[in-house]
Amino acid sequence: MAVGLEHYLILSAVLFSIGLYGALAKRNAIVILMSIELMLNAVNIAMVAFSRYIVPLLLTGQVFVIFIMVVAAAEVAVGLAIIIAIYRHRETIDATKIDLMKW
Amino acid sequence: MIGLDIAFWVLAVVGIGAALAVVLLNDIFRAALCLILCFLAVAGIYITLSADFLAAVQVLIYVGAISVLIILAIMLTREVQRGSPSNRLRIPAFIVAILFLGGVTFAMLNTPWQVSVDPPLEPTTPALAGLLFGEGGFILAVEIAAILLLAAILGAIVLVREK
Repeated sequence: MAVGLEHYLILSAVLFSIGLYGALAKRNAIVILMSIELMLNAVNIAMVAFSRYIVPLLLTGQVFVIFIMVVAAAEVAVGLAIIIAIYRHRETIDATKIDLMKW
Repeated sequence: MIGLDIAFWVLAVVGIGAALAVVLLNDIFRAALCLILCFLAVAGIYITLSADFLAAVQVLIYVGAISVLIILAIMLTREVQRGSPSNRLRIPAFIVAILFLGGVTFAMLNTPWQVSVDPPLEPTTPALAGLLFGEGGFILAVEIAAILLLAAILGAIVLVREK
């Protein structure tokens, strides 16, 4: 069976689910950020697969992927800066202990 | 075509294995290295989808820049957090992930996709440049992305600056 659109979409769904599990179940804030990166990559695979198989001559999906990468880069920079700032002030990066805004 | 199929299966297995290692390994530094391997596999997947420019961008941004940032953060915070333990939501999170995977897979396999028979554009870089900067393209979004990046850089500097 030749590889088609469904294979890429299922690969993307599997990667997204792994990232979702990591983002929900981990304590370390850096691992949560890494899981979010996995989810963004999974979405990018789905975008490129749609662009390749549904509208191969338009490339709109690939343009979307470029913008997702820009937003992901900005998100990682700000997220890691927040983690470093919390580490400086509270000496922990355990997401279950960072509950300052919880009542 | 058979070479492309083999490449897809190898890259998919490597990518999923590396992604599983990211969430299952207890050593956070090894998890970061597996994340880099997963990014590389995704770049290979882009090549099998004939998205050559995106594969290069993936290697430059994710493998080059984001992984360095993540490893730097791991090394700066290493002494307070040993390993990557799970919180008490481990089993509900697993169930949610499995349910999500099942639902999405069911929807994907039961949708009649209008697959086009056209060959893909190759190379994609001139067409992407035309879409991003050309007439009737995404030039406004490009400008907004530039402002977003500037704001993110300034925000990161302000957040980590010493008082």
